[in-house]
Amino acid sequence: MNMMSEAAVEKALDKKMNDISYKMIGKDVSVYYGDKRALYDVNLNVRQNTVTALIGPSGCGKSTFLRTLNRMNDTIEGCRVTGRITLDTDDIYDPNIDVVELRARVGMVFQKPNPFPKSIYENVAYGPRIHGLAKAKADMDAIVESSLQKAGLWNEVKDRLLEGGTGLSGGQQQRLCIARAVAVSPEVILMDEPCSALDPIATAKVEELIHELRANFTIVIVTHSMQQAARVSQRTAMFHLGNLVEENDTDKMFTNPDDQRTQDYIMGRFG
Amino acid sequence: MSQVSTSPTTAALGAASKPERRDIGLRGRYAAERRFRLYGMAAIAFGLIFLFLLLFSVVSKGYTAFQQSMITIPVEFSEQIIDKDNERATNPQKLVSANYPVVARNALAKVLGVGEDDRAGLRAVNGMISDSVRTQLRDLVTANPSIIGTTQTVTFLAHGDLDSAFKGQIDLAVPENNRKISDKQIGWMNQLAESGALSKHFNTGIFLNGASSRPEAAGVAVAAVGSLYMMLIVLVLALPIGVAASIYLEEFAPKNRFTDLIEVNINNLAAVPSIVYGLLGLAVFVNFAGFPRSASLVGGLVLTLMTLPTIIIATRSALKAVPPSIRSAALGLGASKMQTVFHHVLPLAMPGILTGTIIGLAHALGETAPLLLIGMVAFVADIPSTPLEPATALPVQIYMWANEAERAFVERTSGAIILLLVFLILMNVGAILLRRRFERRW
Ligand SMILES: Nc1ncnc2c1ncn2[C@@H]1O[C@H](COP(=O)(O)OP(=O)(O)OP(=O)(O)O)[C@@H](O)[C@H]1O
Ligand SMILES: [Mg+2]
Repeated sequence: MNMMSEAAVEKALDKKMNDISYKMIGKDVSVYYGDKRALYDVNLNVRQNTVTALIGPSGCGKSTFLRTLNRMNDTIEGCRVTGRITLDTDDIYDPNIDVVELRARVGMVFQKPNPFPKSIYENVAYGPRIHGLAKAKADMDAIVESSLQKAGLWNEVKDRLLEGGTGLSGGQQQRLCIARAVAVSPEVILMDEPCSALDPIATAKVEELIHELRANFTIVIVTHSMQQAARVSQRTAMFHLGNLVEENDTDKMFTNPDDQRTQDYIMGRFG
Repeated sequence: MSQVSTSPTTAALGAASKPERRDIGLRGRYAAERRFRLYGMAAIAFGLIFLFLLLFSVVSKGYTAFQQSMITIPVEFSEQIIDKDNERATNPQKLVSANYPVVARNALAKVLGVGEDDRAGLRAVNGMISDSVRTQLRDLVTANPSIIGTTQTVTFLAHGDLDSAFKGQIDLAVPENNRKISDKQIGWMNQLAESGALSKHFNTGIFLNGASSRPEAAGVAVAAVGSLYMMLIVLVLALPIGVAASIYLEEFAPKNRFTDLIEVNINNLAAVPSIVYGLLGLAVFVNFAGFPRSASLVGGLVLTLMTLPTIIIATRSALKAVPPSIRSAALGLGASKMQTVFHHVLPLAMPGILTGTIIGLAHALGETAPLLLIGMVAFVADIPSTPLEPATALPVQIYMWANEAERAFVERTSGAIILLLVFLILMNVGAILLRRRFERRW
């Protein structure tokens, strides 16, 4: 091992502090549903290994923006996206980009838990299987176990892996969906109000989980709960009527936002 | 507790603070609900009564078709009649063309004590035996020529009129001249029945025989085999084509004017009268493509065309009913559209698809009109060994028997209806079992 000079180490650390690496970059993103415009030239960057929270009043376009990041908008009839979104260096709307591969890199957890009507094991194994991530049964077992462990569900379900995934409680189902997304080893995980159907205890578990997942994944989460945004995220973006109002460090956002509208929303004065 | 609150002071207080009860029309709502339930029960009772009437009338008329009167007597295979000049060694045709009905008639005449020169008596005796005895005895003799000259106990079919009379279906109050069976024959019938020579057996012939102008020898085998071929053809063609078309339309096709037009057309096709499909089949499959007339292949193709819209509509609605969240889940994991459909959507839609298919098949099984047009209303005695050979279908057989005059055909008509219903019930039970299997996966 080369010994670095004191100065070089200092410099590298400095660089790490200042050089923010962006995982996804959205530039002038606009979305139309038919003739109706839902997003107006949004410029929002998602930092690597960071939890970015999207907040804003209902109907302001949070889910719409989230869906542009893994092109789930493609599945909506009449939806059109303009602007540029990159994942690392790839333009994800480039015609050469395979949407299947993109979604293997950018996973998604939905608002309502939606496990497949199959066994718990099958739910988690499905993604790795279609992407050919496990050759042998033992590999698959390992992926399933580690994914469930990462989702904090392993201890609860390890004895009933072959039972139906839809037989779990709502909170367990949502964690199963997170395990399912994690099993594919995506780079980014998008979560659209993942706790809106959960009780406070299940919510706390999922939040803790998001916290841990941050080490390995980049996370974008939509939430209606200011407390949740403050608890889990490092960066927060505020949307209003299809516009990005402000994007900032979460601490700053909740103490001293730049924009009056953010202040009003956080104080509960509109929304 | 409530006792306490009714003390004068608290009651007065309560009355003051308690909001006045509003009239929110509860009585009316409950009355409406009760009325609605009554209508529902009345509708179901109505339906059940008619179902019961239908079943009762069919079964009460038809169950006798599964019994057949048979005569069991010693028959002398007289060499005198079968092979007078003993030429069977040189001329095998001799045994085939021998006058077997006379053998049977003489045997029965002997049992009844009718003299050999009583010509009217012999004719009456002959009228009690089914013509099918010719083939039966011929087969016995050609299989084993050594029985010539011996006496064997043989069981053969009674004539259809005797069968009807023995089952009590002929009104004896009608003057003898207007009856198919004479008083003398009735007397003999009773005599034979008493001695045990005439008795009712389970009618295997109705399952094993083809068409026959003699009711006692007629069966549904040709029709059942024809129907079976057609159902297989419909299943093999209509199910994959229909399901593939629906999946494409529902999951892959762009939603535009053109696909709307196709959708409207499919819905219209489902409502086209079946006889039109018969004409189409006649023009396309028989006249243009040159397939043989009366073949179950053509019938199967026509019924396939007729069943397709039903299957497509059922499959599309089953696909539509799969929750979109399942599709999002699979797509969000990076499954391709095809994987999403085949791994997740189709299995969930399967029970609905199966139900639609079985309903379509059941319709096809009971369809008569288009088959009449492509010539499946024919007299076919031999069971078809391939779908290219002439055949009929169960409902067509019912239609043909219903047009026959003999009393014995009336019960056979009902018997065939019972068989058709049994087929339908079996299919529906099969559908339910299949549904269960697919639904058991959570
Ligand atoms: N599939 C769609 N078709 C047409 N319009 C849509 C569709 N989805 C969303 N919209 C519109 O786009 C706008 C933004 O919707 P979006 O779902 O992104 O809001 P949101 O911020 O996620 O709201 P919420 O917090 O209630 O989930 C809304 O005006 C909505 O009506
Ligand atoms: Mg939303």
